[in-house]
Amino acid sequence: MTDFLLELRSEEIPARMQAKAREDLARLFAAELAKAGLTAAATVTYATPRRLTLILRELPDATQAVSEEVKGPRASAPPQALDGFLRKTGLTREQLTERDGVLYAVTEKPGRATADVLAEAIPAVIRAFPWPKSMRWGDASLSTESLRWVRPLQGIVALLGEQVVPVTIAGIASGAATLGHRFHHPGVITIGSAADYVEKLRACHVIVNQDERAALIRDRAAALAAEAGLVLVEDEGLVAENAGLTEWPVPLLGRFDAEFLSVPPEVIQLTARVNQKYFVCRDGTGKLANAFVCTANIDAHDGGAKIVEGNRKVLAARLSDARFFYDTDLKVPLAEQAKKLDRIVFHEKLGTVADKVERVAKLARWLVEEGVVGTPDLADKAERAGRLAKADLVTGMVGEFPELQGLMGGYYAAAQGEDEAVANAIRDHYKPVGQGDDVPTEPVTVAVALADKLDSLEQFFAIGQAPTGSKDPFALRRSALGVIRLITENNLRYRVPPDLLDFFADRLKVQQREAGVRHDLIDAVFALGGEDDLVRLLARVRALQSFVTTDDGANLLAGYKRAANILKKENFLVAPAQAGAHVSVDQAVPPVAADEGLSYTPERDEVALIAALDAAEPAAAQAIEREDFEGAMAALATLRAPIDAFFDSVIVNDADPQKRSTRLKLLARVRAAVHKVADFSRIEG
Amino acid sequence: MTDISAPRPLSFQAMILRLHQYWSERGCAILQPYDMEMGAGTFHPATTLRALGPDTWNAAYVQPCRRPTDGRYGENPNRLQHYYQYQVILKPSPPDLQELYLGSLAAIGVDTGLHDIRFVEDDWESPTLGAWGLGWEVWCDGMEVTQFTYFQQMGGFDMKPVAGELTYGLERLAMYIQNVDNVYDLAFNDAGVSYGDVFLENERQMSTWNFEVADTDALFDLFRKAAAECERSLAAKLPIPAYEQAIKASHTFNLLQARGVISVAERQAYIGRVRDLAKAACAAYMEKNGWAEPLKVPAA
Repeated sequence: MTDFLLELRSEEIPARMQAKAREDLARLFAAELAKAGLTAAATVTYATPRRLTLILRELPDATQAVSEEVKGPRASAPPQALDGFLRKTGLTREQLTERDGVLYAVTEKPGRATADVLAEAIPAVIRAFPWPKSMRWGDASLSTESLRWVRPLQGIVALLGEQVVPVTIAGIASGAATLGHRFHHPGVITIGSAADYVEKLRACHVIVNQDERAALIRDRAAALAAEAGLVLVEDEGLVAENAGLTEWPVPLLGRFDAEFLSVPPEVIQLTARVNQKYFVCRDGTGKLANAFVCTANIDAHDGGAKIVEGNRKVLAARLSDARFFYDTDLKVPLAEQAKKLDRIVFHEKLGTVADKVERVAKLARWLVEEGVVGTPDLADKAERAGRLAKADLVTGMVGEFPELQGLMGGYYAAAQGEDEAVANAIRDHYKPVGQGDDVPTEPVTVAVALADKLDSLEQFFAIGQAPTGSKDPFALRRSALGVIRLITENNLRYRVPPDLLDFFADRLKVQQREAGVRHDLIDAVFALGGEDDLVRLLARVRALQSFVTTDDGANLLAGYKRAANILKKENFLVAPAQAGAHVSVDQAVPPVAADEGLSYTPERDEVALIAALDAAEPAAAQAIEREDFEGAMAALATLRAPIDAFFDSVIVNDADPQKRSTRLKLLARVRAAVHKVADFSRIEG
Repeated sequence: MTDISAPRPLSFQAMILRLHQYWSERGCAILQPYDMEMGAGTFHPATTLRALGPDTWNAAYVQPCRRPTDGRYGENPNRLQHYYQYQVILKPSPPDLQELYLGSLAAIGVDTGLHDIRFVEDDWESPTLGAWGLGWEVWCDGMEVTQFTYFQQMGGFDMKPVAGELTYGLERLAMYIQNVDNVYDLAFNDAGVSYGDVFLENERQMSTWNFEVADTDALFDLFRKAAAECERSLAAKLPIPAYEQAIKASHTFNLLQARGVISVAERQAYIGRVRDLAKAACAAYMEKNGWAEPLKVPAA
């Protein structure tokens, strides 16, 4: 049992690719070894900017010997068949083995040395490596067939135990030598085996374990902030990125001119994070402080003073640019900026952003006036916010930082004296952006947010640009999900336009499934079809979800299934499921009516069931009318005992055709009553 | 009191001279700036055209870059409509390109024991030149001082072999080395001439001209003529003059942008036109040298 170490040293690997590269390295090696019948007891991977490392623990020294057997013709087969088999296997008749009258060609394959398997696996893995982007380099690149790697590959350490596994790829021969930190230890170091790899590199200022570097950055950055009486704004994305940019991370705290704090904190944080990969800090009151934490890759002779000073200057230049944009933008009223939107094409068939803004403003107003959102007195504010919502797209700040769209408009609107509700609506009208994003609740914001998304959906659908398969270039699925969340989380009574209904239904199904609702319950409600009120739809799903877990629900379901099965077996006209609130099932199937005269004397439990239905049907219908779906379910639950009793004592398939037909109709009536709430046939269990 | 023991940082011109010396000692042909307006050192034919083809090519030069929209009338400490890039092109890319580059930083006085040098992912793409490459922006204490690229395609052609390109931002690097916050305060030489003495008035006048004065009708006309001349040169199988006209069209387009007379919708069309010209010139260059099949000219 021996450990194997592989280090692929290259020029700097992009930070964002390192985690996936570790996974790929482990996966590809496991696959190569599996082909040879080898398995490692454990696999460890490391990544730094300059190296990708794999350690396979406790590999056997050789693969198992195997005996391969190929079945041939029967011993009694004609000579032509035997000749053919001998030609195919390259053996003579004497070399074949006979068993139970059948001939076999048996080949003994001896075990292979693990080192040989690895010597083949290493080049195979390197050549097959799935980098998101790869490149060619150097003399070899005269051919476009030359090796591709993420950046030029510089060295290979391949050690099985203490022995080098010899491979040569793209002119690089494997060995035991690598390099330490680029600046602290530029010389060659020799690795003994997997056992001393990590510590030898540590001695040369390289922390190979990415998790250790991340922990160091996380802890040290927080400690530096605390020492300065501040609180670090945690950012795991930044921790990982800085860990991917350093082999010897040294967090350093610096200060910037407090005057820059006049710029909105989001801008400072964004430019520090995105452009410079710095952490920011808050003071004791939670306000952004004039401090940053950068992560250097060296222990500088001067303790990092020059590094901090250099970084401070870069940040100052960035912030002064940002302040310039902010001050310049503030001077132009948003209404003036909005006029420039007619220069930006929204979509070639849908006109300019100015055209879109006009539609959104009107729709936002309509949503308020119709009472879908808020109270009618907010109509002017909704329209105003709609008209200004996109104005920040032409500001200098959003030109520089597109991800600040909305937010900057909100700042500018507030500073320019717009109503608070209007400013907030401008700020938040893109929300909710992702699944974890907050859903706006302020009425004016909700109106504009809804109008913006509904307009995009309506317009793109109208020009035949609905999403298909994996293609959704205008992110309409996200818009629809945004609309769904705005409507359902704010309990808005809004009837989805008919052309969008199927699309919304699909999105809502996906959303509910992801929220953990049983897919069969979702199907049971959606199968009713025709429901354009999402709040009512979800209320029904929720009521059904809690009902089916009760005893009454489970038993009613059992009774329903029994009834439905009999009806199916008897090929009794199937009533199509319909939206219970609007369409009476009675129109589809004439059930047994309460006052229908019977030509025979009904049995006691038959009478009881009819009576129960007579009571339950109107009660359920009224509850549905009130959108009290729990109530409707409760009314249906009263059928449970009569149904059970009916099945216990009444024979449906009676010899008397009149009885049989009447009882089948009764069962159909049960089914129809239940279908007013949901299509129970779709419920599992 | 000045600290006379500390070595005096290099002036702007001394830094250029050091880089020339450094790259000259490493086998580069030290070229002079190309005598046409262009937006980046990459546009110099010594990079764009000479990167094409299988021959070895090592060159270094300073190239003045014109970016009319970046003009700030001399009032911004960092932004200029005219600035310098130091450009190194090495084909095929040598195996120790990173070490060579770090050696050049040391040559101009960057101490890697005190400063944090980092190679941060930055893939380069020039739609105008039909070119892309992988590499990094090199950071010195958080400031981008160099664009480091392994060209993979130029003019739509795969690089055979790949060239390594280093583009130093000279003003930024000098501000860093000299520890000044305003570009106009840079020491241009050691005899008391500042960068501002040389260029401040230039920035003021050129910003005004770029943004306010330049005759847009004449510029539109110039663009059309350059494009037409490019095509005539291509027809005459003269890729180098054709490429010059493509550069001219590109800069003229940048001026029109600065004048704010090109609409969003038109913008893409202009960029596409310049790209077609530049790519055609590259293709003609490949063909003329026997490195590529002749261009298929669609029948009129």
